[in-house]
Amino acid sequence: MIQIKDLHKSYHMGSNSLHVLKGINFEVKEGELVSIMGSSGSGKSTLLNILGMLDEADEGSYTLDNVPIKNLNEKIAANYRNKFLGFIFQSFNLINYKSALDNVALPLYYQGSPRKERVERAMHYLDKVGLAPWSHHLPTELSGGQKQRVAIARALASDPKVLLADEPTGALDTKTSYEVMELIQGINDEGKTILVVTHEHDIAQMTKRIVNLKDGLIIDDSMVEQVRASQYV
Amino acid sequence: MFDVERWQEIFETLSKNKLRTFLTGLSVASGIFILVILLGFSSGIQNGVTSQFEKDATNSIAVWTGVTTKGYKGLNPGRRIQLKNQDFDNIVTKYDDNLEYKSAFYTIWGGLVNYKNESGNYRIQGVMPDNQFIENADIHQGRFINHSDVIGNKKVAVIGNKVSLDLFKGDDPIGKDISLYGINFKVVGVFFDPGGERDESKVMMPITTAQKAFNGGNDIRSMMYTVKMSDNFNEAVKLSEQVTLGIENDIKETHIIAPDDTSAIRVNNTLEEARKIYSLVDTIKAVFWFVGIGTIIAGVVGVGNIMLIIVKERTKEIGIRKALGAVPMSIVGMILQESVFVTMFSGLFGLVAGLALLEFVGPLIESDFIKYPQVDFNTALTTVFILVFAGAIAGFIPAYRAAKIKPIVALRDE
Ligand SMILES: Nc1ncnc2c1ncn2[C@@H]1O[C@H](COP(=O)(O)OP(=O)(O)OP(=O)(O)O)[C@@H](O)[C@H]1O
Ligand SMILES: [Mg+2]
Repeated sequence: MIQIKDLHKSYHMGSNSLHVLKGINFEVKEGELVSIMGSSGSGKSTLLNILGMLDEADEGSYTLDNVPIKNLNEKIAANYRNKFLGFIFQSFNLINYKSALDNVALPLYYQGSPRKERVERAMHYLDKVGLAPWSHHLPTELSGGQKQRVAIARALASDPKVLLADEPTGALDTKTSYEVMELIQGINDEGKTILVVTHEHDIAQMTKRIVNLKDGLIIDDSMVEQVRASQYV
Repeated sequence: MFDVERWQEIFETLSKNKLRTFLTGLSVASGIFILVILLGFSSGIQNGVTSQFEKDATNSIAVWTGVTTKGYKGLNPGRRIQLKNQDFDNIVTKYDDNLEYKSAFYTIWGGLVNYKNESGNYRIQGVMPDNQFIENADIHQGRFINHSDVIGNKKVAVIGNKVSLDLFKGDDPIGKDISLYGINFKVVGVFFDPGGERDESKVMMPITTAQKAFNGGNDIRSMMYTVKMSDNFNEAVKLSEQVTLGIENDIKETHIIAPDDTSAIRVNNTLEEARKIYSLVDTIKAVFWFVGIGTIIAGVVGVGNIMLIIVKERTKEIGIRKALGAVPMSIVGMILQESVFVTMFSGLFGLVAGLALLEFVGPLIESDFIKYPQVDFNTALTTVFILVFAGAIAGFIPAYRAAKIKPIVALRDE
């Protein structure tokens, strides 16, 4: 599903430049649930943003679902993001003035589906994350865990090939984190490819494979025995 | 532009951001409102000043006669030319389209006027009702000579303030009889004249009465006309010269005067006076154009500024939308369509409110220098469109830039 070869990325600030990714080689197959770990500043978010086409690499190749992601113009990038990718952020990134339902429906709006269909599908995914009764609440009226579940529903709404989650549990307490992970595991069970950036070992153990980053390089990449989150909930 | 889904999205955004929508709308509406009021009052002041000076600006033509100095068609020089009622009527008929006020005069330069034991020597003038406007006589008490006075040869008189003070010593002169060579005239009005005491030492009566009382027959001493105000000075000059020349030629022809005889008939116009007034009105117009354009520029800058702030405030939202698959042009379109809608709607609202205020308050204003404050609806509408258009352009730049920044940068915005 994802192939990366020799990926480099530097940030330039004035005369200084910071080499963050120093040649990442990495492959993810369909249906995998991968966690990316590493100390703060090791480049996890940078990598994920490049995978999500929110940012561009300086060097190296990236293929997503057999489509080479290279020199895309903004319009095509937006299209690919809409079709291929779903994002889950640490800070949720919901639109404050839109109800849970409207937030979930937004990617469908950009997909061009008609209103009726948007509402139906959004409702379906809200129901899937257990928030159907909250569909008309604003994000400010929801708890952190609920917000993250709305974000997950939104990421799922456009039926993307890959879900990218940057510390999805970073702002949540342990119990809520496990609930969110249970949801993510469930989605993965249905066959969706998911990448999760995390700091926490217990969260990483709930994925099927852990990739360890250090100073812009992968130092370890191994399969793990998946711990089911449901046993903690 | 007419994408229903897009409009639904926009209405939703607007209605869910009521405060922002309201504030944006308020600032645009109040901007237009102020502009309309300003334009209204500038036109009001323009009207007021114009009408204040119009009387003086109206270019008046005076006609009087003298003695011929040149022989012509067998007639000897030294002949006195006498104007008749017919001369006055001919001119009125011929130049009716161009003349506003007209009066013939039968004047006695010094007449002894008595009231009880008081008496004085004053200029006595038989006039027509229009003379009130030609001479700018300001009726202080009572009324001026009217048409029925003229038609009925009524023995009524309008006296200058000086005459009133001299003869009546502060008593109310209206309805009292003054006598002139033994004939009684009822005082119907007292006037002030901006010309001062000399012009107020005058007794005016219907011209027909004067002609009868002083054995004038059909004779008239002089005539005065005012030419209608034109839109600009050049037109006024042209018109006035045409009429002046026409009158002079007509009279020379009827009275058999040599074309180059300059003293038998004089026709004078007061173009210089008019020039000053026209240039004053032009200056006022220019000032208000300047102020108006300044206000529009301020409005455009204001709208642009609001757009800038809105875009800044929405950077993160833009990042989220882009992460979800919004193409840059849809972001630009969304912001522009929203802002054009809000500015248009509130601009029209401000326009209507301003027009309504002018409509209701305008007539209540009691000032000589502000009259009929009004805004030409099309001008105001054009202004709204200029503001909306300029606002859209001013908003386009930040919207375009916001749509161009990488989603990851936009998402990081707090
Ligand atoms: N926009 C940027 N401009 C300059 N430097 C940046 C930028 N984004 C990240 N960096 C730097 O790049 C390095 C990697 O950042 P990144 O966010 O990928 O780390 P991370 O592994 O996600 O860390 P954390 O666990 O704290 O989220 C850091 O040193 C960071 O300071
Ligand atoms: Mg990070």
